[in-house]
Amino acid sequence: MFTWLCGGALAVCVLLVLVLMGILAVNGFGYFWQKPVDLVVLDDGTALMGEIHDREEIDEGDGPTGRFRIRMKLGNRDLTGSDFRWIDQDRIVDQSRPADALVLERMEWGNFYGSPVELRRDGELLVAGVMDIRSTLPSLHRKKLALLADIHELETGAIGDVNYEIEERTRALRKLQLGGGDPTRSDASQAEIDARNRAYRQLAEQLSVFREELLRETLVMEAADGTRQEVPIGSIVRAIEPNSLDTGEAVSLYFSRIREFLLDDPREANTEGGIFPAIFGTVMMVFIMVFAVTPLGVLAAVYMREYAKQGWVIRAIRIAVNNLAGVPSIVFGVFGLGFFVYLVGGSIDRLFYAENLPAPTFGTGGILWGSLTLALLTVPVVIVATEEGLAAVPRSTREGSLALGATKFETTWKVVVPASAPGILTGIILAMARAAGEVAPLMIVGMVKLAPSLPLDHHFPFVHLERKFMHLGFHIYDVGFQSPNVEATKPLVFATALLLVVIVSLMNLVATWVRNRLRSKYASSAV
Amino acid sequence: MSESETQTPDRKELITEVPSALVSIRNLSLWYGAKQALDKIDFEIPRKKITAFIGPSGCGKSTLLRCLNRLNDLVDGVRMEGDILMEGSSVNDPEIDVNMLRKRVGMVFQKSNPFPKSIYENVAYGLRIHGVTSRRELDEIVERSLKQAALWDEVKDRLDDSALGMSGGQQQRLCIARALAVDPEVILLDEPCSALDPIATGHIEELMQSLKDEYTMVIVTHNMQQASRVSDYTAFLYLGELVEYKETEKLFLTPASRRTEDYITGRFG
Ligand SMILES: Nc1ncnc2c1ncn2[C@@H]1O[C@H](COP(=O)(O)OP(=O)(O)O)[C@@H](O)[C@H]1O
Ligand SMILES: [Mg+2]
Repeated sequence: MFTWLCGGALAVCVLLVLVLMGILAVNGFGYFWQKPVDLVVLDDGTALMGEIHDREEIDEGDGPTGRFRIRMKLGNRDLTGSDFRWIDQDRIVDQSRPADALVLERMEWGNFYGSPVELRRDGELLVAGVMDIRSTLPSLHRKKLALLADIHELETGAIGDVNYEIEERTRALRKLQLGGGDPTRSDASQAEIDARNRAYRQLAEQLSVFREELLRETLVMEAADGTRQEVPIGSIVRAIEPNSLDTGEAVSLYFSRIREFLLDDPREANTEGGIFPAIFGTVMMVFIMVFAVTPLGVLAAVYMREYAKQGWVIRAIRIAVNNLAGVPSIVFGVFGLGFFVYLVGGSIDRLFYAENLPAPTFGTGGILWGSLTLALLTVPVVIVATEEGLAAVPRSTREGSLALGATKFETTWKVVVPASAPGILTGIILAMARAAGEVAPLMIVGMVKLAPSLPLDHHFPFVHLERKFMHLGFHIYDVGFQSPNVEATKPLVFATALLLVVIVSLMNLVATWVRNRLRSKYASSAV
Repeated sequence: MSESETQTPDRKELITEVPSALVSIRNLSLWYGAKQALDKIDFEIPRKKITAFIGPSGCGKSTLLRCLNRLNDLVDGVRMEGDILMEGSSVNDPEIDVNMLRKRVGMVFQKSNPFPKSIYENVAYGLRIHGVTSRRELDEIVERSLKQAALWDEVKDRLDDSALGMSGGQQQRLCIARALAVDPEVILLDEPCSALDPIATGHIEELMQSLKDEYTMVIVTHNMQQASRVSDYTAFLYLGELVEYKETEKLFLTPASRRTEDYITGRFG
């Protein structure tokens, strides 16, 4: 009877996890699939074009009514102001799927649903009619995308570099002036800055030429209600004819969207585009945390288990460490803000970055402080797991080393700690899993909804620990609950949540794989 | 602790002098806390011979053995009286480096305890500890030690495999190779065969015979046949006291003490 109860409890747990993953997977993966586009005419003559997303029974408070309503994604936010609309099915008098329906995914304003009318260059008619547009648009669009890539290259490459150099030199100059350095040197560096400013202006000019070129051709679209809208080709991400896609095209469209989601920067206040910076921020934050928490936890555990006298002091410390794991994470965030950001960061700024003050460098939230805060949060896990690993190394193994003439230090670091590597890795895995999902404390020590640059790039010293970073967990919260367009971003929340789960699992899998390899390589009955 | 014996043969009859002593144990007593484990042990261990310690379990054999490389230092609450001299100088002298002593006095344990490392690294470990870094030298000594321990042919193709994947007998021979690698003078073996099957035991005994000309060996054993097969001298300990110590053959054929006779004829223990 009791066995049944236990088994039942397990079954419920497994089921809940499966349901969770299922919901995330269906909603998340479904988001990237192109739905057909319907043209709907209502009883008052209104024509609407868009994708049908939901269908539900209308409930007016006293039970089912037998009438249904559908939710349509209509896009055209620049014309109508909202993306979605509920429609009573009773009111629909005509519904069709026009073959020439065209969906434009745009850089701004979201999707546009309508039919193409004509292509213009510099305001003059280029081609008209669906057939001609169909044959001209793709190559034109490809050219614009290439141009867009050039622009991006110019912005992040040459212009970014020049900006960076100007910044660096201005800072150096200020440092020189603050220190009362000799004027000839400061003149020289002023000249360098001026030269770079000239280079910047040249690049900026080139950029504006590119930009103009980007907007030269436009596509005139007609919405379902007859309104016309001119869309610059350069602002189109994708042009899709959803009602005439064959399976191959649909699949390749699907994967191209997943690719964009994984690898691109976000657009439109995070509601569109990709989430690459958030993925990158999460992973990098966890990595830095691992680098901080491993030595800290292992050293503490080694001291407690191998060196300290096992008296009441150590017992008390052990209890305290275990309790530390139960402190609400936001408390760690507050501590991180007070200690790392204000105290440590503030001191670093005063000592090494005085020329930037009052603008803080390390004295504000950043990826280093976030990682260290989480390292503090997860260090008990590593300590406990390491201690267990150390305790499992048999006395005879230690004696074997000592009997060869090894010192206690050598025995500890060359035999005992390596032998407990699987235990240590278990601790690290748990710490990583905990850290990757932690959001609350990070909100006050450096996580932001949109970071201007990654904390890792090609500018010396390559790793910029002071920079703010994006995080999947916060991204979910921001996109799902803080965006002006919650309806539109709901699927994005699922997709991002799914990705977070996948990334955490992936990191765990890798760590577990490493541990198992260690274990099977040096399988010790005791560990 | 000492029961009075019915007839008391004098010390000369019970404890023999050895021709060339390497280790002299002088009136050694040892307490674990309040419990006395060794009581005024006094005898000498000959150079380049195999000496066996026999006696019922709990009589102090391991304790005595572990005094020779000061492994008892690690146990809390140990107190010692008397002394152990190695080539005339005290092993307990605070001046001497205990790690160098342990390099001179290698040890093989009752339960084989290879490190959770590769076979190669197990043997190379002691060398690295003592500062050997050249890969060629390491390779050479590892090979020589494994050959000395009659293990080379079995493992030469899998030196990088985990030592923990070997059979019990192989593991024990690896531990012997590990001890040999640091070039000790004395090898202490604490019941090295107690966990092994007869064939593996035979291997170890053969190995001991082959090493006899170069090393001084001390073996603790439970097994009187083993003591009589491998050792040149045998010490019989009982309740922390040294009862009798002489050439193995003499001890087994003409024991001078009643207690020795009772023990080797299997009347107790
Ligand atoms: N670390 C220790 N602490 C306390 N008592 C010990 C310890 N090691 C051994 N003893 C005791 O000392 C006596 C001798 O033990 P030991 O030398 O291991 O015997 P043997 O090896 O002959 O079986 C035994 O009574 C044992 O209980
Ligand atoms: Mg013993």
